[in-house]
Amino acid sequence: MKIDFILNKKPVHIDTDPLRRLLDVLREDFYLTGVKEGCGEGECGACTVLIGGEAVCSCIVPVGTVANEKILTIEGFRSTARYRILEKCFIDAGAVQCGFCTPGFIMAAESLLSENPRPDETEIRQGIAGNLCRCTGYSMVVDAIQKASVQGKGLW
Amino acid sequence: MTNIRTPVERSDARIKINGKAEYVGDIRFEGMLYAKTLRSTRPRALIHSVEIPPIPEGYFIVDKHDVPGKNRVKIIADDMPFFSEDRVNYIGEPILLVVGPERETIAHILEAITVTYSDIEPVYTIEEAEKGSAPPLFGSDNLFASYEIVKGDPISAFSQASIRFEDIYRTGFQEHAYLEPQGAIGAYENGRVTVYGSMQCPYYVKNALIQGLGWAEDRIRVVQTTTGGAFGGKEEYPSLIAGHVAFAAIKAGSPVQLVFDRAEDVRFTTKRHPAIIRIASALDAQNRIIAMNMEIKLDAGAYAGLSEVVLQRAMFCSTGVYNIPNARVRGSAVATNNVFTGAFRGFGGPQATFAVEMHMHGLADRIGEDPLVFKRKHLLKKHDSTVTEGTIRQEVVLPALIEAVTGPSDYRGKLQRFQSTKGTVHRGIGLSVFLHGCAFTGSGEKDKIQAKVKLRKTRDKTVEILVSSVEMGQGPQTTLKKIVAHTLGIPLENVIYENPDTDRVPDSGPTVASRTVMIVGFLLKKVAEKMRESWNSAPEFELQERYEQPPFVQWDQQRFKGDAYPVYSWGTNVVEVEVDSLTWEVTVKGIWAAYDIGTPMDERIVRGQIEGGIAQGLGYATMEVMNSSEGRFMQESLFDYVIPTAVDLPNIHSTLIENEYEYGPFGAKCAGELPFVGAAPALASAVQHALGVPITRIPLTPDYLREVTQGED
Repeated sequence: MKIDFILNKKPVHIDTDPLRRLLDVLREDFYLTGVKEGCGEGECGACTVLIGGEAVCSCIVPVGTVANEKILTIEGFRSTARYRILEKCFIDAGAVQCGFCTPGFIMAAESLLSENPRPDETEIRQGIAGNLCRCTGYSMVVDAIQKASVQGKGLW
Repeated sequence: MTNIRTPVERSDARIKINGKAEYVGDIRFEGMLYAKTLRSTRPRALIHSVEIPPIPEGYFIVDKHDVPGKNRVKIIADDMPFFSEDRVNYIGEPILLVVGPERETIAHILEAITVTYSDIEPVYTIEEAEKGSAPPLFGSDNLFASYEIVKGDPISAFSQASIRFEDIYRTGFQEHAYLEPQGAIGAYENGRVTVYGSMQCPYYVKNALIQGLGWAEDRIRVVQTTTGGAFGGKEEYPSLIAGHVAFAAIKAGSPVQLVFDRAEDVRFTTKRHPAIIRIASALDAQNRIIAMNMEIKLDAGAYAGLSEVVLQRAMFCSTGVYNIPNARVRGSAVATNNVFTGAFRGFGGPQATFAVEMHMHGLADRIGEDPLVFKRKHLLKKHDSTVTEGTIRQEVVLPALIEAVTGPSDYRGKLQRFQSTKGTVHRGIGLSVFLHGCAFTGSGEKDKIQAKVKLRKTRDKTVEILVSSVEMGQGPQTTLKKIVAHTLGIPLENVIYENPDTDRVPDSGPTVASRTVMIVGFLLKKVAEKMRESWNSAPEFELQERYEQPPFVQWDQQRFKGDAYPVYSWGTNVVEVEVDSLTWEVTVKGIWAAYDIGTPMDERIVRGQIEGGIAQGLGYATMEVMNSSEGRFMQESLFDYVIPTAVDLPNIHSTLIENEYEYGPFGAKCAGELPFVGAAPALASAVQHALGVPITRIPLTPDYLREVTQGED
């Protein structure tokens, strides 16, 4: 099936099985390996991308359903001012350890802050509850997002 | 130069945040093929036949016939084959690989293969193994290891006791749940094999390949790829799959990638050992413990793996932080037809610490004493003797660590106030006091590992760290660099430390046992001091340093007598909970933690170790349930094996009390495993306080809590 969508702000066109997972299409056809596979069933959030601004696990999205959608991955997001603030705050808060979950958390944070630019701690915890991290115990990730919401005031 | 404790930007942070870091599943080589494992569906059986239909060109079957050397994964006992020979011993045991260019075709080929088995009566649990109705899996007694330690004269102490108290403690399986599943790539070129993979121990993998290939070591190269969490799960297991991809690459003549999906990883890779621990204590007329008698049994699963060493660590910390003058500790690692259990953060310590802490709490309740007062009476002090009759040589700062958590948490106040709570929500507060022996057990560092490190000064005045220690999230690519930069007095940016490649780095030992900073870091400090002295001697040179045991260490590995560890790190935790007696759900309301890890090499990285370790430990005690039913795990994914999420835990209040160690770099001791060890007993004590019933088992499932509470009515 022929599918058109906007990937990282550029129109793309593929001809593929519409049942393939968006995750596989992103990783295999577009070499976007910042999108990680942690569980393959929408539980861990390592493969989080934004579809129309909403954080979604790309492992449970058949690529046929994204026709004409705008898809943003870490590779597209990392050139933005919002990303730079998040990156700095993740570093300063110590929110990164093994890093496998980190791009997914960045995308979840972008989605959360877009909806709610000044979330409190509880809202942040709820906002990232779909992303698993086994290294940090989460508080340092929560701190990072809180710092970003303050330091990036006006960006979201 | 700033203080070494002061946090710096992690070397690996940016590349991980921006998604450019390449994990093993992100790597693609020209012509690379994929592999998938055909696994046993039987817990214990002889293999009659494996029928493989004709397969398309470009696809390969890789099995026991393709192991050029010895078909045994080198760990300790040489009992586990890379690929099954005539039998299988657990559900999921690898029989063969299907290798080829298309994953879908590989899946079709796997489905079409028929294995016929003839079943043998399996052994599913420690209890069944003890009944002995099924033939033994290992040796004649079905034990991978059994040991005994005797200190003093426990028999006469028990005969003089005024009170005797005994209970049995049980802990369950735990899954590592690192976010990056296991994976490796094998490549074969010009008569050499290279294995790239997610791993903790490049030289364990290399040694396993030497044995499996039967080749000279210079034909084998192992390269660690960015590793997405490990926690012990990538200590011994990668040796198995490294063999698989190496044999496959040789047969196919192309690079072969094997990356597990989550279900394979949850169902078929190593787990934390379930334990049954019986402790009996003898008290004198003044309510002081005069002796303990313990029995520790670990479910080791189908192969020996590292179980004997896990058992040793469990036994060596079995009396916890307490001065017990007379003790008998017996331990056994029992063979069962479960997946082989293995290394997991704490390595036997969490099971033993849970048991002894709950036992101390139970004893205090039995004699009507405040648990903390009772524990304080028995704390180890400098010059005291451990269960193996080793000497505590450092000042023990436990009294200060206890104050550091009981004060801010209002432990004493809440202990009183929470007792009057009514309704269905029960509040409780609990405390644990614990230690962790730093680095390898016994004479392991001196006799087995003999770590070597190298430092290379280059023409552009950068200095490269050449060690086999890996970054897996715990921070050595930052902390080890800090140690070298601080010692040489050069900027951190001038120190290089790449992922280890065995062609370039010496064997500085595995990345395990919280040994990296204390052992490898100390060697790096020593070699950096030498480099500083000879800095201007040449524009480019290399220096090497080799491990030397601190002169005071006395250890008898045959009798388990002496200093099981050169030094200990110590900790205290307070956990506050609410338990709802309608749903039996446990909610963590507060966590306070204090540690003596010597000097922290980076306060922010240490905080990450503390918080992550506590989160895993609280998961272990509560929601992380893994049941094996007839050799099959009931949990197959992160959907049914639940780990904590951001909404399950509150903020953690942690403090460090510095107590420098002479043989650690800048005074550092061990930190990686310690935070895990104390979390479960603190939480279980809080639940015991909330419900007023003895807790002797983790995980604290709603069923278990209902059962113990109603049993009391």
